[in-house]
Amino acid sequence: MNWSVYSTYVGNVFGAPLAIEGLAAFFLEATFLGLWIFGWNRLSPRIHLATIWLVALGTWTSAFFILVANSWMQHPVGYKVVNGRAELTSVWQLVSSPFALWAFVHTILVGLTAASLVVLGVSCWHLARGRNQDLFIRGAKLALVVALPVSAANLWVGSHFGIYTTETQPMKIASTEAQWNTCQPCSFSLIQIGGFTQSDETPSFSIQIPDLLSFLATGSFNGKVVGINDSQKQEQRQFGRGNYIPPVEAVYWSMRIMAGLGTLIFLVAAVGAFLYWRKRLERARLYFWAAVWTIPLPFIAALAGWVLTEVGRQPWIVYGLLRTSDANSPSVSATWLGISLGIFALLYAALTVTDVVLLRRYADPDRPVPTEAAPSAVSY
Amino acid sequence: MTLQIFWFCLIAVLWSGYFVLEGFDFGVGMLLPFVPRGSKERGVLLESIGPVWDGNEVWLVVAAGGTFAAFPAWYGAMFSGFYLLLLLILVFLIVRAVSFEWWNKSESPRWRSFWLGANVAASFGAPFLWGVALADLLYGVPLGSDGDFTGSIGDLFSAYSVFAGIAVVCLFAFHGATFLTLRTTGELHERTTRIARMLALPGAALGAGFAIWTVAVATDRNDKSVFPPVLPAALAIVALLLAAVLVRRGTSGRAFVATALGAVLTVATLFTSLYPRVMVSSPDFGNSLTVSNAASSHYALVAITVVALILTPLVLLYQGWTYYVLRARLAGEEVVSPAEALVPPSSGSPAG
Repeated sequence: MNWSVYSTYVGNVFGAPLAIEGLAAFFLEATFLGLWIFGWNRLSPRIHLATIWLVALGTWTSAFFILVANSWMQHPVGYKVVNGRAELTSVWQLVSSPFALWAFVHTILVGLTAASLVVLGVSCWHLARGRNQDLFIRGAKLALVVALPVSAANLWVGSHFGIYTTETQPMKIASTEAQWNTCQPCSFSLIQIGGFTQSDETPSFSIQIPDLLSFLATGSFNGKVVGINDSQKQEQRQFGRGNYIPPVEAVYWSMRIMAGLGTLIFLVAAVGAFLYWRKRLERARLYFWAAVWTIPLPFIAALAGWVLTEVGRQPWIVYGLLRTSDANSPSVSATWLGISLGIFALLYAALTVTDVVLLRRYADPDRPVPTEAAPSAVSY
Repeated sequence: MTLQIFWFCLIAVLWSGYFVLEGFDFGVGMLLPFVPRGSKERGVLLESIGPVWDGNEVWLVVAAGGTFAAFPAWYGAMFSGFYLLLLLILVFLIVRAVSFEWWNKSESPRWRSFWLGANVAASFGAPFLWGVALADLLYGVPLGSDGDFTGSIGDLFSAYSVFAGIAVVCLFAFHGATFLTLRTTGELHERTTRIARMLALPGAALGAGFAIWTVAVATDRNDKSVFPPVLPAALAIVALLLAAVLVRRGTSGRAFVATALGAVLTVATLFTSLYPRVMVSSPDFGNSLTVSNAASSHYALVAITVVALILTPLVLLYQGWTYYVLRARLAGEEVVSPAEALVPPSSGSPAG
């Protein structure tokens, strides 16, 4: 709404996956979710089951096309620039872009991880309180069967996505590591204090693991990683004068939050799977509480991942083509942007708090059941 | 050129679908404080649109997505130029969506009246603002030579655009009432019929007024002759008058078809008046956006046309089937709420 220059510039390419997402995915999700919710007793059990599978198909399709659109902003393909705007030249290149495919698989695995950890956490919460053991031990086991492979696969996919990003957006990876100078082999800093600005390139404190950055960024322990300063010089040669360095500190920490939590989630799933395998899951009280506290982690990790990929692309809104500062609407003033951002922040904060309270209540079997209504009917 | 016209028509069709479908669910939302007596009847009203409002809203999302893909410059100018209107519409739509899910999640009367109130406010607010916004496309707003909006909020409100907002609200209330006469039984049915009769005259009169005013604006400000816009306008007036007559005769099904036709023809009147422009510029008429200067390249249009030709019939088919499955009238006894529906009714209380 406040990106009219952007809309006009990219609509020709970016609009297509968005429109397809609406037609192919949103209709499917919205229509069949309504039918599933209200379709009990009106549809045969098989068809009723099919409606929720169609909703799932819709969400996967939706994820694919939205990531095709976003990936084009990260790594534009299948276009040419005509009269100062991008024009689509190949649908096939757009939808088969490796960037989009990596992002899609990564996102789907994140979704499955988050869902399985919510089921695991809620089940373990009930188990910890000794409620309905039969049902919730099944819930926990099912969740672990999903969580272990998807969280493991995601570590692999995530790191390969990183290697691909090194090839397509070297500046993003260099900034993510606060790696100012080109290095070979490069050590990975687990944490560091300082070293995030051009005037202060050397951290005053850091914990380094030798050769690990080379491995993470290139797949080889002796790989070369181009530093921020060389990337800046390279982009200046390509795009003219300007500062092409994203906010280093923000992407550095968002990557560490994402990857750290991703690893932690995998460990929680692995410990659970081990207990399941040794038939000790039923009595693992400490583990139940660990699983409960894991519930928010995949959400925080996913948010950090989006901060990493979007902030790491700055100053570009479309990498190499259009700068964020050139893409906004001349007609929407900063005041209105501030007001609207404030309104949405407040609205979403209020809705989030209410949602968490409701979810908490609905996960609790002790909540008072409406007395005046039969179980099947509703008390309006 | 033909593909540009095809997409202009398709976007008009998507808006028509939105007016017909979400039109009645907005209408039912507006009638919440006036029709039902007691919480059980309120439940019937919400149940009548509960399964379908979400799918109905997608018509809007796809209309916007289609505009972005087929006419990027139109999308850019409209969504930035109408920033305040769309901001408020978004807030209304978000709150309304949440109210459907949340209103019965607590027994507290304050909680319930809050969310029902939010639903009612959003059901009035969003259609009013859409009326204003769509009327502005034709009435004209200041655009620069690069097609960007150069005006201020005040340029969005004229007598015509505010009238359009009120007319759309009345039209949807009438349309929602005829929908309810189809979905209710017994005493509630009699009451919805009475309300539909009451709304018939203002709904038809304001709808007709909007159609006539639109043709006048088209000739006055958009360089159109009276024909062809007068054709859909006349048909819209006929459909709405017919709806008023049918509602008085108590033939629910036909009355609903007539109000639906009225909604489609109102959108048709507006888009016929607009063509070949998509967004009129005023006072600098020369800066207007047209189907050709706002359109995407030929290749992009071909790509999305192929997808649209395959998927649109499919969507119509399965959405139609949904309405067929949910065709039974609602008496209020066997109502299943979204919360309770999370578990098959036979297996007891949810989340147990």
